[in-house]
Amino acid sequence: MTLPAFALLQAAPPQSLVVFLIATVVKMLIVFTIYLVGVALLTLAERKVSAWMQDRLGPNRVGKGWLQPAADGLKNIMKEETYPDAAYTPIFVLAPAMSFITALITWAVIPWGAPWDSPWGRIDMAVASLPIGFLYILAISSVGIYGIVLAGWSSNNKYSLLGGLRSSAQMVSYEISMGMATIPVLLLAGNVSLNAIVERQAAVGPLSWNAATTTIAWLIFLIAAFAETNRLPFDLPEAESELIAGYHSEYSAMKFSMFFIAEYANMVTASALMATLFFGGWDIPFVAWDNVAPHTGLKTLLTTILFFVKTLFFVFFYMWIRWTVPRFRYDQLMALGWKILLPISLAYIVIIAGAVVGLQIAGYAPRSWQYSGALFALNVLLVIVLFFVFDRGRIVSPAYSRLDARHLARVRAVTAGRVRRAPSTPTDSAAEATR
Amino acid sequence: MLERPIEQTSYLRATLKGMGLTLKHMFQESVTVQYPEEKWSLSPRWRGTHRMLTTEDGKAKCVACGLCPTVCPANCIKLVPGEDEQGNRYPLVFEIDEFRCIFCGYCQEVCPEEAIHVGRHYENAEYSREGFVYDLERLMAQTHPVCEMWDPADPKGE
Repeated sequence: MTLPAFALLQAAPPQSLVVFLIATVVKMLIVFTIYLVGVALLTLAERKVSAWMQDRLGPNRVGKGWLQPAADGLKNIMKEETYPDAAYTPIFVLAPAMSFITALITWAVIPWGAPWDSPWGRIDMAVASLPIGFLYILAISSVGIYGIVLAGWSSNNKYSLLGGLRSSAQMVSYEISMGMATIPVLLLAGNVSLNAIVERQAAVGPLSWNAATTTIAWLIFLIAAFAETNRLPFDLPEAESELIAGYHSEYSAMKFSMFFIAEYANMVTASALMATLFFGGWDIPFVAWDNVAPHTGLKTLLTTILFFVKTLFFVFFYMWIRWTVPRFRYDQLMALGWKILLPISLAYIVIIAGAVVGLQIAGYAPRSWQYSGALFALNVLLVIVLFFVFDRGRIVSPAYSRLDARHLARVRAVTAGRVRRAPSTPTDSAAEATR
Repeated sequence: MLERPIEQTSYLRATLKGMGLTLKHMFQESVTVQYPEEKWSLSPRWRGTHRMLTTEDGKAKCVACGLCPTVCPANCIKLVPGEDEQGNRYPLVFEIDEFRCIFCGYCQEVCPEEAIHVGRHYENAEYSREGFVYDLERLMAQTHPVCEMWDPADPKGE
């Protein structure tokens, strides 16, 4: 399959080394400052969103609520650092940093805006626009597990260890689905560079966004990202009702806070990835203006703002889900990861690969609207199948009904007749699953 | 185990429905009362901190009959009666331990002089346990409105 030349990638004029170094350092400082402050503010945002969803007000005392993260940070710095006697101190200290830094450095490759043709040459709006950007992300996100596992292990505490074990099993399981879910995206882009993926999605506006052309992959990625970041409904590693606080039970003060920040940092990173891979990255929908030369500073600014809006939407989505869906049982989690997501993602790779080959044989250009439209139609069909055919007690196990045939028939009759309550008869204890 | 037909069970659609609900609540008005600034209006039958009513010349209405310590189920009222030259009884010591009190309001119901009352008031804070033993002076110094006990003729308090 021949790929179109990527204008943005190839048209970059050569930069001098000095410009490159200065630009990179400046980008690093800007990105990580905004990122860290943003993550701190997200702890406030989460509390506010949770409050609003529960008809409350949320924190509103310290500086009208805005200074709450600062107050929390100050409190955590002032608190006592505890080191349990039984803990293995070097790893115990290292673990919070490991889980936090991995979330942080993923940002290095995410392109957050259109390149800027500055007076000193073209500057890419990513700290390091690696040609293997996507593989880098997969590699780094795997390292993130270590922080949690090592925290659980080095604490030398049963609950911490259980939390660490759970997280390793969960994150390894879902990483497979997550990787598989992104293969259709890579198939369409024909490249693992994040810039190329964004570039492809910019072709015909939202119709060519991967959320439209590979919807199922997006859904799988979404679910797997929740599991990867240990957010509800997959927060089993820290399930406070079962494991006290899981892997960070033994941590206090700023070391605890690091795990907390890492959770939000992971969330932002996963949201940014979702925006990049499936929602057109920094592309402004419906206009081609932002994708063509000249690349002015204004375009960079607007695309950057749009990228952050997209990212923040997904951060909100994380919070929205957290305050809607209850935690999974452990067996449900594993069943969903291995029996549902993995087979679906594998099948979906085959479907998308087939569709791509089919469209190529039919002679549609990869950047035409017919190409994206055909894929979109296919995905609408698959989503309908997923939601209305497959999602009938087959996705999460408690939805299975265990009724004997007679009882089932009666319940159905009652429901059909719109009677509010079924005549209650004790179900035969030896009732078979009728599924 | 949920007992329902398989075609009614779903996870994705149910989740979407739940998300709709939480989103709807996000834009609903919050029910929070900003406590120190805003306060609930208490029911007229609220039974809180006690108050001893006084006569027009500033003396406690109490005649030290001893009914309230007798009826008190928590045994929190301490009463030592005294008698003046005219033979009028008055309380030498009248103390209520607000910690022991269960705020049943029997003392108010039983009082023949309508002297001791439970009040529509709940904000009590002290630096010591002893501070919660209210003596007669303190009970007389309270200014909050008193409880209107349940009236059988007007059961809903209208």
